[in-house]
Amino acid sequence: MYAPIVLLMVFSFNNSKLPIWNGFTVNWYIKMFNDRGIQQAFMYTLIIALISSVVATIIGTCAAMGINRMVGWQKNMVMNITYIPLLSPDIVIGISLMMLFSVIKLPFGLPTLIVSHITFSIPYVILSVMPKLKQMNYNLYEAALDLGATPWYAFKKVIFPEIMPGVIAGAFIAFTLSIDDFVVSFFNKGAGVDTLSIKIYSMARKGVNPTINAISTIMFTTIIIILIGINLKANKKVRDTRI
Amino acid sequence: MHRKSLAYPYLIWAALFIVVPLLLIVYFSFFKEGHFTLQSYQKFLEDYYIKSLFRSIELAFISTVICLVLAYPLAMILSGKEMSNKQIILLLVVLPMWMNSLLRTYAWASLLENNGVINNMLKTLQLPTIKFLYGNGAVIFGMVYNFFPFMVLPIYNVLCKIDGSLVEASYDLGADKITTFRRVILPLSMPGVITGAVMVFMPALTTFLITRLLGGGKVTLIGNIIEEQFTRTRDLEFGSAVSMILMIIVFITLSFMSKKDSLDKGGGLF
Repeated sequence: MYAPIVLLMVFSFNNSKLPIWNGFTVNWYIKMFNDRGIQQAFMYTLIIALISSVVATIIGTCAAMGINRMVGWQKNMVMNITYIPLLSPDIVIGISLMMLFSVIKLPFGLPTLIVSHITFSIPYVILSVMPKLKQMNYNLYEAALDLGATPWYAFKKVIFPEIMPGVIAGAFIAFTLSIDDFVVSFFNKGAGVDTLSIKIYSMARKGVNPTINAISTIMFTTIIIILIGINLKANKKVRDTRI
Repeated sequence: MHRKSLAYPYLIWAALFIVVPLLLIVYFSFFKEGHFTLQSYQKFLEDYYIKSLFRSIELAFISTVICLVLAYPLAMILSGKEMSNKQIILLLVVLPMWMNSLLRTYAWASLLENNGVINNMLKTLQLPTIKFLYGNGAVIFGMVYNFFPFMVLPIYNVLCKIDGSLVEASYDLGADKITTFRRVILPLSMPGVITGAVMVFMPALTTFLITRLLGGGKVTLIGNIIEEQFTRTRDLEFGSAVSMILMIIVFITLSFMSKKDSLDKGGGLF
């Protein structure tokens, strides 16, 4: 399961282009850091991920709260629309957005990428926040209002802390989805704008290039560290509350 | 504050960026240069395209079955174990999902290449090299590898939720392990199995990455065809028509899943 990933990481230190071990080297990492194209792709990827996850989280959280107050056919219709990006194949999402952008003549590039990423991230945020909303006791909010709090204050002190885990989880999912995305970005990027995934893809098409290994190793280790960190934090909380 | 209107920004966004693009696909599949025509759909009926549709379904189906066979035992083992080990193993299974599927597939490609790691090891051992890559087998392998966690999670979830006392009751009534499995556990786990199967089948059907990287030029699936239409041939109408056909297949698969109510019965991904 992990064999290929581990090998990829090992060979990122290999002093040769071929997968025959030829001595330890960090050459490929140096090459990677010096490559302008990779630097740019990295910056773009980060910017897009940050902006899209923040916007998606805001819109999604508000949407979840609004949807929670809906009933009947309205709610059904909205939820069905929300499920569409989740269940559609990513190619279809990618090309449909591409056609939209062509028709309304939005210039391809950073704007189209950000918009696309926000679009497929929002449903995940909604799905992440909704359960928390449902679990929350609405009476607490009404009690706060009765005690004289303004709606905004009641929201800040009562609702928001309750849904926080859902919001953070949603933001995290949105961020990861954005960084990992390939297909939707592939169809909606502009001429000069590449995300990291697309850059890797174009490099991979030209043949084996251990610089790719270097990039992947860094990406993997980052994600592993983040996930382990989150898990440890979650476990710590559980252990603390148990005592 | 906690009002319906909060959702309005989202609704506008969704209408613009989810509904309209889909309607565009529908439009383009039926209209060429302003005239209504079924020409785009007709083009699909050509041998080459029909073949690739069937190949896509076939490969996706095989991958799903393999995933199921591999994932079910693992899910059973995982749901049986006790606490601390379980968390770690679960994390290990889920972890690849968070990693870029492009990189994972690329990793396998470099492993299995004719000049790749495995073949190099074989060379040094004086054994003949094996042509792993480029072909249906490699693509199936890539699909199974990529989507395996999606099969494990739902089955694991549903197995955990099975009421242990039902299993005990079955033993008490004299059934042996195999009968218990066949008559109690298996039927109860069906919602999870179906969710898992759908979560593997759908991406497998629509992928174009895996075929590109692992299949070489030889394997063309529906996903590849759609991608071609939009990047090379620029035949938007035909590409939309193929996408429509794909969406219909996806829709049928999904209604199959919701008929079985698998999401409600605990077969969900979370």
